[in-house]
Parts: sequence; C-alpha cells; structure tokens
Amino acid sequence: MGASLARAVQWTSVAGSGSGKLELSPMNEKLLNDIIQFIESFGGKHPEESKYVFKEALSWNTTLTASAFGSGYDIGASQIKSQDKDPNGVPLLELDEGTLKVRTLDQAANVIKMSKEKCTNEVRLCLEANRDPLVKILGAAYATVDTEDSTLIRMVEKNKSESSEESSLLLRFLLIMQQFDMRLLNSCMQEISKQVRLSPSTVNADVALLQSFAGESPNTPLKNIKFTSPHVFSNECRALPWRQVHGDICYVIIDPHDGEKFCVTASTYGCFVNGGFNEDTLEVLDFEKRGEVYKDLVTLLRSKSNRFAENISKKVITLQFYVRIITCFIFQEFSSHHGTPRETDKDTIITSELSMENEKEDESATEKQLKNQKDKTLKPSLKWKSLEDSRKNEKEESKKKKKKSTTSPPAGRRASYYGRKTPQDEDDFSESSDDSEEEEEVQDRRQDAGSDLPSEYWQIQKLVKYLKGGNQTATIIALCSMRDFNLAQETCQLAIRDVGGLEVLINLLDTDENKCKIGSLKILKEISRNVQIRRAIADLGGLQTMVKILQSQNKDLKCLAAETIANVAKFRRARRTVRQHGGIKKLVALLECPANSCDAGKDVEVARSGALALWSCSKSTKNKHAIRRAGAIPMLAKLLKSQHEEMLIPVVGTLQECASEPSYRLAIRTEGMIEDLVTNLKSSNSELQMHCAAAIFKCAEDKATRDLVRQYGGLDPLVALLPQSDNKELLAAATGAIWKCAISPQNVERFQELKAIEQLVGLLNDQPEDVLVNVVGALGECAQEPANRLIIRKAGGIPSLVHLLTGTNQALLVNVTKAVGACATEPENMSIIDKLDGVRLLWSLLKNQN
Amino acid sequence: MSKKNQKLAEDMLRTSSQKHFNKTELECLIHFYQNLMGHVKMDRNQFRDILHQRFNMTEDLLMDRVFRAFDKDSDSFISLIEWVEGLSIFLRGTQEEKIEYAFTVYDLNGDGYISREEMFQMLKTSLVKQPTEEDPDEGIKDLVEITLKKMDHDHDSRLSKTDFRDSVIIEPLLLEAFGPCLPDEKCACAFENQVLVVKKHRG
Repeated sequence: MGASLARAVQWTSVAGSGSGKLELSPMNEKLLNDIIQFIESFGGKHPEESKYVFKEALSWNTTLTASAFGSGYDIGASQIKSQDKDPNGVPLLELDEGTLKVRTLDQAANVIKMSKEKCTNEVRLCLEANRDPLVKILGAAYATVDTEDSTLIRMVEKNKSESSEESSLLLRFLLIMQQFDMRLLNSCMQEISKQVRLSPSTVNADVALLQSFAGESPNTPLKNIKFTSPHVFSNECRALPWRQVHGDICYVIIDPHDGEKFCVTASTYGCFVNGGFNEDTLEVLDFEKRGEVYKDLVTLLRSKSNRFAENISKKVITLQFYVRIITCFIFQEFSSHHGTPRETDKDTIITSELSMENEKEDESATEKQLKNQKDKTLKPSLKWKSLEDSRKNEKEESKKKKKKSTTSPPAGRRASYYGRKTPQDEDDFSESSDDSEEEEEVQDRRQDAGSDLPSEYWQIQKLVKYLKGGNQTATIIALCSMRDFNLAQETCQLAIRDVGGLEVLINLLDTDENKCKIGSLKILKEISRNVQIRRAIADLGGLQTMVKILQSQNKDLKCLAAETIANVAKFRRARRTVRQHGGIKKLVALLECPANSCDAGKDVEVARSGALALWSCSKSTKNKHAIRRAGAIPMLAKLLKSQHEEMLIPVVGTLQECASEPSYRLAIRTEGMIEDLVTNLKSSNSELQMHCAAAIFKCAEDKATRDLVRQYGGLDPLVALLPQSDNKELLAAATGAIWKCAISPQNVERFQELKAIEQLVGLLNDQPEDVLVNVVGALGECAQEPANRLIIRKAGGIPSLVHLLTGTNQALLVNVTKAVGACATEPENMSIIDKLDGVRLLWSLLKNQN
Repeated sequence: MSKKNQKLAEDMLRTSSQKHFNKTELECLIHFYQNLMGHVKMDRNQFRDILHQRFNMTEDLLMDRVFRAFDKDSDSFISLIEWVEGLSIFLRGTQEEKIEYAFTVYDLNGDGYISREEMFQMLKTSLVKQPTEEDPDEGIKDLVEITLKKMDHDHDSRLSKTDFRDSVIIEPLLLEAFGPCLPDEKCACAFENQVLVVKKHRG
C-alpha cells in the first residue's frame, strides 16, 4: 500500500508540505474504492490478521457522528469508545471531538460500514491524515522508502530468530499488505495506460495538424489556430515556467468558423478553455479553467464548435487514424516511462494501422500529410530542438525538411512564423517595411518528386559534376556551357540549386581564380533574380564572399559582384548581412568615378553596379544611415550629373528610397540635387522620370525644397507628366510630387497657370487608390485658394470628390475630407455638396474616424 | 653592358613588331634575359622553368606549346627577340593578339584547326578520374562535345580560327578554353613589378 500511495496517488499541487489533499481525480477514486473493498473483505479472508493491533492508531478528523455508532460501542457525551480492547486495555476505536482513532483493520472495516455512502470520503480523510499508514500500522521500521525495500527480509530474519506468535502474525500481515500494494499499483497502471496524458510533442503535433486543415474556406474545420507565444522552452513547453508548474504546456488561440476566438490551455492533464487573452500582446489574461477539461484539442474543438465537428467528421477516417497514431505514440511514451520496452508493439500497431488506412484512404494528399505527421509525432523532440537551437539556420533547416518530405506546410508555415517573431530578428522590425512582404512569404514551390524532370535538369546536373570534379579549364568550360541555358527560367534556376550547384558556384568565389569567379558570378547574377535562389545564396554565405570581392582589383569582378548583391539584397536578412559585413562602405567606394581615367567606360560601369546594389540595400533604414555615414551623398550628387541613363536610374532610385529620412532630404537640397532631379524629370525614360518625381514627392515636405523645385522650373515637367495615364506608377509619383509642392501657395499659382487643377480633376475617376490619394491631396491643397475652388467646381470635381467619401481607404478619406472641407467654404460649392448628400456622408465618417 | 643594352633596346624598338613595351622596359627585359643566359640562347627547359616559377604553369603539354608559340623560327631555342616579342603578347597583348596566340598554342599539329582529338588531348587531365565510372574518358569526351557545341559555329566538328575568335569575343572566358596558356593577373603583375619596375630603379 505504501508504494502505491506514495507514487500512484495524485496529490494536489501543495503536496509535500505535509497537509496535502487527495485530488478528486478518477484515478484516486479508483484507488480509494480498491482500498475500501480490500478493508471490507479483509476480516472475512484473514480473520486473525484483521485483529492485529496497530503499533499506533490511525487518527483523522472524521465526519462520523455519534449517531452512526451502534452496538459494541460505549457512547459517551463527547467520546465514543469501542468495547473491544487490546491486551493493554486500550479501546481499538476512539472518537474524541471529531478525531477518530482506529487500531485494527477490523475496526476500520466497521468504520467503513458505518459511514455508508460517505465511506470514500472517510478513507480519503484517513489517507490524507496518514500519508504513510504502514508506519503507523507496523512501526517506523516499515516506512516506505523509494529505494530497495528490505522490510520483508528483515521480518523473515526476525521471525526465524524469535518465532513468536506475534512476529509471524506481523509477517503475514505485511505479506498481505504488500500483495495488496502490488495489486493497487497494477490497477493504477491499467488506469494510466487508458488515460491520455498530453505532452508538449503531442500538443505541437495536434496544432500542426489542425493548422494544416485551417483556412478561410467554409469547408475547413476552423479558420485559424496558433500558439500565443513563439518561444519554446527547452522542455518543449511554451507556457511560462511558473505556469508549467501547474502542468500547462502551451496556450492556443483558436478562431472557429462559428463563434468568437477563444484561447485554450493545453496542460498535461488535458485541454480546457481559459479565461481569455489579450488580442494585441497575445498574452493569456486569465489562466483559470472555464468549463470542462477535454482529453485533447480535437475533442475540445468538437464540443466547442459545431462546424468543426461537422467538417472534421468529413475527414473522420483521417482523424481516427491520426488519433490512433497519437495514442500509439503516447503508449510508447508511457511504456518507456515505466521502463517496459514496447517498441515492437508500437511498430506493429502502426504498420497495421497504416495498411488498414491505406486501403480506406482515397485522398492521397491528406494521406501524405498524415504520413508526414506521423514522422513528426514519432520524433518530435529532434525537430523542435533544432528549431529552437538554431534560429539562424532555421530557414536552412526548413528547406532541408522540405527536401526530405514533399509536402510539409505546417513546418514551413511555422518556420516562417518564427522567422518573423523571434527576438533575434528584432532588428528586422526597425527596418523600413516598404519592401514587399510577400517576398518573405514566398513558399518553396517544389515539383512532386514523381513528376518528370526536364532534360535541362540532367544536363545541369552533369555540368555541376564537372564543376566539382574538374580543374580550372573544365570549370570554365562548364561555367560557359551553363550560361547557354535559359537562366531566366525557373526550372533551370531551381535545377542548379537542387543538384547542389549553388554551393559549388559560391565556393568558386572563394578561390584565387578570377576567371572562375567571373564565370560563377555571371551565373549567380542571372539566377539570383529568383526569390528562392536569393535566399539560398544568403543561406550559403554567398553575400559575405561577394562583399569581399568588391575590393578586388578586377573591375569586371567588382561589377558582377555588386550586381549580384543588388539582386540578392532584395530581402531584409540579406541587406542586414551586407551591412554587417562592411558591404555598404565597399559599395559606396565603387561609386568613386575618377574623372580622367583611361578606362572610363569600365569605371562608369562599376559605379553603376555599385549604385544598383546600394539601391537594393537602401530599403532598410539602418542601411540608409550606413550609406550616409559612408559618405555616399556627395558621390551620388556627382553621379547625378552623369549623362548615362542606366547610371541615373539606380542613383535616383537610391536617393528616392533614402529620401524617407529627413537627413537625406536636407542633404539632397543642400547638395544641389534638386536641380538635377528637375532636369531628369524631362528625361525621355519614364522609369527615371518616375524615380525623380518620387524623390521630389518625398523631399517636398520641406518648404525650401518646394521653392527650389519652382525656381528650377520643376513644376512644368511635373504637370506635363499628368497625361501619362497608362503608367500608374509614374502618375502616382507625379501627382504625389504635385501634392507636396502645392503646399506652397506660390507653387499653387504656377499650377493654376499651367491648368493643372483641371487635369487633376480629370484624374479623379478610374484611377488606382494610390494615385487618387495624391490627386485628392493636391486638390485639397489647391482648394485653399478661393479661385481654385471655383475651378474645381467648374471642372466638375465636386461630385467625384463627394463620391470618393464612400471609400474605405483611410489615407484617401483623410485627403478627401480635407479637400471637400476646403471646397465647402464656398457657398455655391456647399450647395452642390449638400445636394449630393455629402454632409450626411461626412457625418457618417465622423462617427468612425479619428 | 648597360650601354650596349640601351642600343639593343633602341634597335628593337625600331625593328621589332612588338608595341607594348617602351625603351626602358625593353632594357629591363634584355637585362633579365642576359642575366639569366649570358650569351647562350634560351632552351626549352630554361623557358619551362621560367613558365613554371614565374607563371605557375604546370601542364607539360601546354608549356611545350607555349614554348613553340614563342619559338617562331622553330629552332628549339628562344632568341632575345623571340623572348621580347613573345612576352609582349604574353603580358600585355590585346584581345586579338591573345586570340591569335592562344589558337597557335591549342592547334597542336599546326594545321589551322583544333580538332576533336586535339581537344581531347588537352582536356585529358582536366577532370578528376572517378574510379566508379565505367569509361574514365567519358567525362572528357563529354567536355569536348560541350566545347564543340559552344564554339563550333560552322558545325564542321572542328574549330577554325574564326570559330575560336568569334566564341572568345562573345565570351572572353573561353580564351583559355583548353588550358592555361597565359599568365593570370597576379603572376603578370608580380612579374612586371619584379622584372620591369625594380630594374628600372636600379638602372
């Protein structure tokens, strides 16, 4: 009894402090019932032993009252004593002010009989008061110890030497007790093996599976499911350590199709809905249970969301299969916990399940996913550790994983989720976000392994083999031949990566052979237009090597390296790598274009490639500062005077990108670049015009700049760009520049002269929102002038403006209200607005806007 | 000595076809040659030593071919004038000169074409032999085919000088398609600094 009480019984969390309570769990219930049965039947089976008098009485605060006691007891005022007494004359049962003392099992059985339906409670109280009953029954020498138990042997020895009646009785009693102990333990074991104990890996696997099912479409079981915290502790739990003490593993936010979002606590003893979470911080606000405890997430969701139950039952076979696998896994875990090797059992179970399911399964896709899931379920610790330990290699890891299994959306999704949220990547948050997010999101699209590979694949594989195993000559032939493939085609790009070509190409950059480096860079430059290749190059450390090459003597090499960096540095991590390895300084150094060089063409080419790379890099805020600190601004100003269009585009592009920083705006003005920007507005290249207009758009926040634009005659070319209605980017930039310039009244006058307002009104219809925002902004500024309000009205701008009030774009609405407001100061305009119900629209906006 | 060299250099500047060295540089080259050889002509082994030590060339076949390209009169010796003219292309040649030179080097039998067999000969050592492969020469044969596909514009299964020139103009890396026959930048720089500049200071 000792061992089972010490180990199997579930004490409440305060256990160990001495006054623990037995938890109200099914397992304890069963144990108590077993004990009651044992004690009740004890007298019948072992009449002698049941009379054995305990060394010390078992005492506890009983709930029994005097009324329960019948014959055989002396019932006093406050005391009840049994008539049966031990040889020393002490009564075998005493009740004294609620404290019950029992000295034989016989009496204990009586107590149970008397307490009737409350008997479990009575035993519970007894056990709570006597944590190790055997000590009291047999004496301190028989305390249950975790290590080897030699009590029995000692007993036998003692018995041999003394062979008294009492000691043999004791021996028998002890033997019975130990037998019972064993039986209890066995039944506990059965009970535990029936129970589903959740572990972090099972919960993770659960969530991963559900994530793979989740989606917006109505026939998915649920909309979304995610963890509250991306951080995983070394024990695979996500809950905070002080919550882990209570058994919490992690918290999961579930967004069902029917009903509100809710937060679920997954703990070792099951899943339950907790008191809710904070939408912004994703922190759990209240850890208390709200409702029942379910054995796992799926069961919980089934009962919480009808839609889930409905949709999940469509995948019922799938899920049954999944649940079975989980149970197998738990079974294995359990048996390994208890030291019984059951590997073979588990394997046979799984294989039989698999073969069974394979017959039933009709959707091969889900099945694949499940197989995948199975792998995960069986060895989760490995994977999760790798995720946690090597955040830096994480992308690589996930790639590798993808290589191993054809479809693993959960892993990929999770990896990218970490990628964005880990503290180590915090640096990223500080960087400007105007680059395309989708680039970060692009998932690895891979062909199914089974489908036919194009012939290019095999040819490229052969060439890579020669690259690996050839000397310089063979390498160059292979590199040149590789360039004959259509490197702009994704098949070829990915083929190079998949056959391990990227590694070789990047390794070649580390050699001394300039020819090999050139050949390799020419290929890398082409294939780095592919998003996945960019990532792979960054993962393989290619950027570091290329940054080193920027210092080379060979101009071709410098050019190629800078151009490749320009391609690769299209995502944040790459830009950071370039900066952290001193790339910005080296790129800025490329801008130096010696005026009287014998090889001017080459130098221009080098400067251009440097500007291209800086343009890519300048999309991160920290890089903007680094570029400025490296002294790039005067050099860019010098290059801005260049005649070469292909040079001007990256230079203006970089300036335009950097002009989001006030320091750059100031420098652009003071270095006299406005004039050059205005000049280039008149260029015939629309891309160049677009970047110039965008640069002016950003710079014209400052009054001095606006005046300069006017002085250099920049307003005319801006207005001249307005009819370019098919190039929306150019139009957006031009209207933006006009908007900002129109903040100065003198500029508005000029616009008036140029009849810009009429043209702007003409643009109010059928334009994309980013153009509209600028157009309306410009009109709003112009309308500060009374004369212009008239012009707007005459041009028929009011109805269009009022119509735009019904839009949803915040930035647009702000500008529209401003413009309408400005127009409304004119009584005639006001009447039109009124007629069009504009006031009501404005009112409705007032309700929901700041 | 030095006066004599000066005169030699002046003569050479007037008569020789080379146009990449100035007078002082010529003097240095003459000085280098005479320092090494005395008044004997440079033979194959001595030339090969220079190629090996100064320009890191290792392939026997190509070093022999480079020797032959330098040795215009085919007397198995490199005279002072051959030395200077050869180095002029070797170190500072224009692309056209280098194409001409490289083609001479690669055209093993001097028939004006680089044939399949010649390519095979030159590329023989370019791949690490994989013991697992059935035909160890398969890779080389394949490389030859790749090169032909890339460079043989008139599809006659051999490279004429025009083929070679056109290919190199499109892709300059192919200048040394069949093995190193020109110094790489580093070696060339080192040689020029040691032989052409240092001597000038002394002189």
